[in-house]
Amino acid sequence: MSTQGTEHGNRKDDVRAVIGSAGGRRRRGGGERSMVPPAEFTSYYGRPVLKPSPWQADIPAYLFLGGLAAGSSLLGAGADVTGRQSLKRPARFAAVAAISASFAALVHDLGKPSRFINMLRVAKPTSPMSVGTWILSVYGPLAGLAGAAELVDTVRADRWLPGRLRTPARVLHASGRPAGIGAALVAPAVASYTAVLISDTATPTWHAGHREMPFLFAGSAAAASGGLGMIAASTTDAGPARRLAVGGVLLDLGAEQLMEKSMGLAAEPMHQGKPGLLMRAAKALNVVGGVGAIVGRRSRALSAASGAALVAGSACTRFGIFYAGQESAKDPKYTIVPQRERVDEQGPTRVEGLRTRGTGAGPAADARQRTTSTLSRRGTNSPIT
Amino acid sequence: MSNDLYGPVANVAEQAGWEAPPPRKGFFTDTSICIGCKACEVACKEWNQVPEDGLNWLGSSYDNTGALGASTWRHVAFIEQSKPLPGQEPGFEGAPTGPSATDALNRSVDEAQQGNLAMLGTDSGQVSLGMPATRLPGADSTSRTEFRWLMASDVCKHCTHAACLDVCPTGSLFRTEFGTVVVQEDICNGCGYCVPACPFGVIDRRIEEHGVKNAGIAQKCTLCYDRLQADMTPACAKACPTESIQFGDLDELRDRAQKRVEQLHANGVTNARLYLEDKTDGIGGAGAFFLLLDEPETYGFPPDPVVTTRDLPSMWRRAGLAAAALLAGAVASFLGGRA
Repeated sequence: MSTQGTEHGNRKDDVRAVIGSAGGRRRRGGGERSMVPPAEFTSYYGRPVLKPSPWQADIPAYLFLGGLAAGSSLLGAGADVTGRQSLKRPARFAAVAAISASFAALVHDLGKPSRFINMLRVAKPTSPMSVGTWILSVYGPLAGLAGAAELVDTVRADRWLPGRLRTPARVLHASGRPAGIGAALVAPAVASYTAVLISDTATPTWHAGHREMPFLFAGSAAAASGGLGMIAASTTDAGPARRLAVGGVLLDLGAEQLMEKSMGLAAEPMHQGKPGLLMRAAKALNVVGGVGAIVGRRSRALSAASGAALVAGSACTRFGIFYAGQESAKDPKYTIVPQRERVDEQGPTRVEGLRTRGTGAGPAADARQRTTSTLSRRGTNSPIT
Repeated sequence: MSNDLYGPVANVAEQAGWEAPPPRKGFFTDTSICIGCKACEVACKEWNQVPEDGLNWLGSSYDNTGALGASTWRHVAFIEQSKPLPGQEPGFEGAPTGPSATDALNRSVDEAQQGNLAMLGTDSGQVSLGMPATRLPGADSTSRTEFRWLMASDVCKHCTHAACLDVCPTGSLFRTEFGTVVVQEDICNGCGYCVPACPFGVIDRRIEEHGVKNAGIAQKCTLCYDRLQADMTPACAKACPTESIQFGDLDELRDRAQKRVEQLHANGVTNARLYLEDKTDGIGGAGAFFLLLDEPETYGFPPDPVVTTRDLPSMWRRAGLAAAALLAGAVASFLGGRA
């Protein structure tokens, strides 16, 4: 909006002038990432511009459990079709347990848990949480049915149940495979939509990673569920779980690397404090678990240990990214500095394609024309991402 | 389509499905004439029965409110700057410049604690009776700088592209016929998604304490939806004694604001600028926009907000790709063993 050259020239004065502002503060722990210029900026008494999400540990736990459930459903269906009994059983049980726990976490995190059903009164593609609710509404029952079928098989219900109940047990058994395959087809959406859920916010670290986050989450889900399969299945049956886990680790690490490069300043909270610790732990656990999965594939103990590392690594990734986002919302630097740089370099964001109906002449129209001419003089009016 | 998520929108209420809606209503907050009386804060609390939001001394000039939140729907910001007040003659012509009043006072107190009362002016033997002075305050001081006080009443922006509304999974947040954005308190289930979605940090979930009403659900300014339906002015604008907060049809307010900026520029206030008034900005323009005398971040505003849902189509595409990759990877994990 500002078209006065003097204002931009006075920025340093602004920094000093605002009493109590965080202006002039320098980045801590520098050296590691030099592509980010030192942050010197004006703020209102150093207070955050944004509100961090009111979410507690329920939400990162849900991100982790949702991924674990999704990957387990994929493994469960595959093991079913290829006849890997010792993989199918734990995978199906894990899927139903994880999705039940994540449902409980979601409801627990609501401000009004008694109203969770209100999620089902609309279907909104603009709301990732609404889309996710419907995805879970399809996935949950399918995973539950596959889990119930597995339970019937596990306890050999058809042998000892009274005759009247044997038919339902047989129906349940028979529906296991179609339900499991159905759950597996929806499962990838369960694993990746959560990335959109957190990226579709103004929270700097979550939004800045929106391009790579779905791949990171898909990789993390594959690593976690593969890891669980490695813990539970016999070494002969665990092959697909191992391969899924290793592929997941590679996708996770690769996506994370690309993400950090594209995030700019917003990557910083992933290297500091608690989120930094979690992200480093995640990387170490992923590498150790991934290597262990390959090296220890003939040893049940090594496979299980590697699998546990991968499950823990996935949890660390989700908690790390969650808390990094929370920190990025609490510090005005991550909101103001990138936006200020964008304005100083390109001018304020202006979108072409004004679709007005019946706009006549008048001061407003004049003003719009003035704005346009100012922008074309600057030679830039396209937003950057 | 018609810029559902991003870009300028001709009629936001029509886009939301209203037939023949009334003109879009909004606020034009002209901070150049705000006197920091906080009548808007009080009027808002009174009319909307907003609970107490903390009785604290924040150490930020006269601002002890802090920021907008679930129980703070108007917030008056106070900024003290060592800058000249544009367009006015402060009366310090020829006076030596030096540290700001705050710095000078702190130094005087430091000196006084060492026993030197000269800088405080209390060792002259004369007792001040507090009588009005006949000379300009500070005219005979030896150390004086420029000073200005910025005040601004912040409020929900009622964005054209409101991220809070778009991400709400229950439909509790909705677009009214006046083009404003309102929470339906009987529908919100407190999922909290709107909170991190807002690029201005306006909306928040109300915390349960002392049995406040609507605990656990998202709350923010409604632009006095009840008063609008009765053809009345919102409480804050009604209470504003200087008409710093102006309420009306948004198109008219935009024209008025443009004239006001031109007037201020002509009077030498060259740093006056409009914020969020442009329909082509990153949020499609706000229903509540501002005239500022400094950069937006000085007042606690984001300098160049862009609604997060601009990137939503690309996010869904990428999530679809990632899902496909996961499915393919899982299939390959099983095929790999057979090969």
